[in-house]
Amino acid sequence: MSVLVARDLARHYQVSRGLFRENAVVRALDGISFALEAGQTLAVVGESGCGKSTLARALTLIEQPTSGSLQIAGQEVTGASKAERKQLRRDVQMVFQSPYASLNPRQKIGDQLAEPLLINTGLSRAERQERVQAMMRQVGLRPEHYPRYPHMFSGGQRQRIAIARAMMLGPKVLVADEPTSALDVSIQAQVLNLFMDLQEEFGTAYVFISHNLSVVQHVADRVLVMYLGRPMELGPSERVHDRPLHPYTQALLSATPTLHPDPNRPKIRLGGELPNPLDPPSGCVFHPRCPYATERCRQEVPAFRPLDERLVACHYAGEVGVA
Amino acid sequence: MAEPTPLAATDPSLLYPSPFREFCKAFASNRGALGGLAFLLLIVFCALFAPWVAPHDPSEQYRDFLLTPPAWLDAGQAQFLLGTDELGRDLLSRLIHGARLSLLIGLASVAMSLIPGVLLGLLAGFSPRLLGPSIMRLMDIMLALPSLLLAVAIVAILGPGLINTVIAIAIVSLPAYVRLTRASVMVEVQRDYVTAARLAGAGLPRLMFVTVLPNCMAPLIVQATLSFSSAILDAAALGFLGLGVQPPTPEWGTMLASARDYIERAWWVVSLPGLTILLSVLAINLMGDGLRDALDPKLKNAA
Repeated sequence: MSVLVARDLARHYQVSRGLFRENAVVRALDGISFALEAGQTLAVVGESGCGKSTLARALTLIEQPTSGSLQIAGQEVTGASKAERKQLRRDVQMVFQSPYASLNPRQKIGDQLAEPLLINTGLSRAERQERVQAMMRQVGLRPEHYPRYPHMFSGGQRQRIAIARAMMLGPKVLVADEPTSALDVSIQAQVLNLFMDLQEEFGTAYVFISHNLSVVQHVADRVLVMYLGRPMELGPSERVHDRPLHPYTQALLSATPTLHPDPNRPKIRLGGELPNPLDPPSGCVFHPRCPYATERCRQEVPAFRPLDERLVACHYAGEVGVA
Repeated sequence: MAEPTPLAATDPSLLYPSPFREFCKAFASNRGALGGLAFLLLIVFCALFAPWVAPHDPSEQYRDFLLTPPAWLDAGQAQFLLGTDELGRDLLSRLIHGARLSLLIGLASVAMSLIPGVLLGLLAGFSPRLLGPSIMRLMDIMLALPSLLLAVAIVAILGPGLINTVIAIAIVSLPAYVRLTRASVMVEVQRDYVTAARLAGAGLPRLMFVTVLPNCMAPLIVQATLSFSSAILDAAALGFLGLGVQPPTPEWGTMLASARDYIERAWWVVSLPGLTILLSVLAINLMGDGLRDALDPKLKNAA
């Protein structure tokens, strides 16, 4: 059974443009659908401003989606009562991008790790401490780290602490918002391995948000490529990597630095900038930057259609740019 | 999962000292703070045991010894160590007894503005829609009036006296606390660790007092120590206008104000209360600095 199902999830923001002008609408998230099984990892990739973090905030119930449905462990989130939401929150936890901002500088590590237990369970102090110690060992921290403050740790250790805190309640879904981008490359691998070890042990489903495609290839079972808040391509990680169908995915992949560039895959350079989200392009949102755009792309919004074991939103998917 | 070992089984040398001992150590390493604490303890001792410490009754007028200079000057008398004032009252005794009132005014007014100020600031910082702006506009109105004028108005309404002076000073210094707290709360609320606490299920009171407030304390501690001293000075100003502590009760500010006329003839009558205020304010500020440093884990050295 899927632990996390999103259907047509959308989050729109009203932006005030002054006293006498109508409010503009930013579609930060538009028509995102996916299902995630326990123990699986869905990677969400896309450039800055494509709505990855908004998706993370919607999935962790920090923000209410404007429309669409979100189910956690089979239970509908939109329209759930406050008590139900509180219960559901236990099942979705989050690891943040910067381990320097995500730990309370005035609280000891042990207290921060015990906080979710203190709030959500009736465990005694000794039981909480025992659970915290067990989790600390699991993520590779030593017991004597318990009474220390966050500033006494390195970035990698802090991220381990953040992961431990997110795992304390045994969530069904863990949303990781670029968890390795603030770390050194040597530490990134350690933290990624920790993620995978924990997944193996607890069967947690991960939503792994990243713009580092080599990291994504390493951890993900499935990949969702986003552009301007809309889904472009969603499919099994290997298929998407080996044979990207959407021109945007192709461009993203060709931009990944490699030691041995494939001569058959020339670098695709995208011109222009991400369009103004207040005034998105007509038709396919990617058409102003797409090398294969035609009149049809300017007029008609492409459907998110199944093709070759995945979903693609491109009129010419499978016909253009495929090696 | 591996078998958990109890905390006690770990090497004791790796454990951190208790928070209180840690705090004491950090505080003791700051010499200025220790000096300030020592001076403040002296004043507190004087205040607590004033009737036994003071050589004379503070209200007793020695008519034969008007404006006697301090003992170490030529015309000084050994029985009046710091000289006498214009009514022949012993200055040292008045200073010692005055410590009681001045400390009380400082402490009470700081407590009476700090606690509501922090509460209002937290509320304002956490509710940016309706409650926050209305609290802040109210504070703006209070800030728009000159503080002394507002204090005078409040005392005039409530009637002169010690308690009303304290209330007036507390109300006047309230906006500073509210603004300071709200500003730091609004910065902290945006940070990821607050979101993480929300995700962990923390309710509003927990977010306010456990997660956010400790991270906003540094400027508040400094502001509290600074306003302790300004409270003493404000009380002096109110006393000078006849609205504060009523004579013959000894109070540092009132002493300073009433001796103003004799500044050319008898400098000690003005200078000594002034010096006492200066030194105690300095001591409090030094101690506040040390307190802030000792309480801030970011400034503690990692082992």
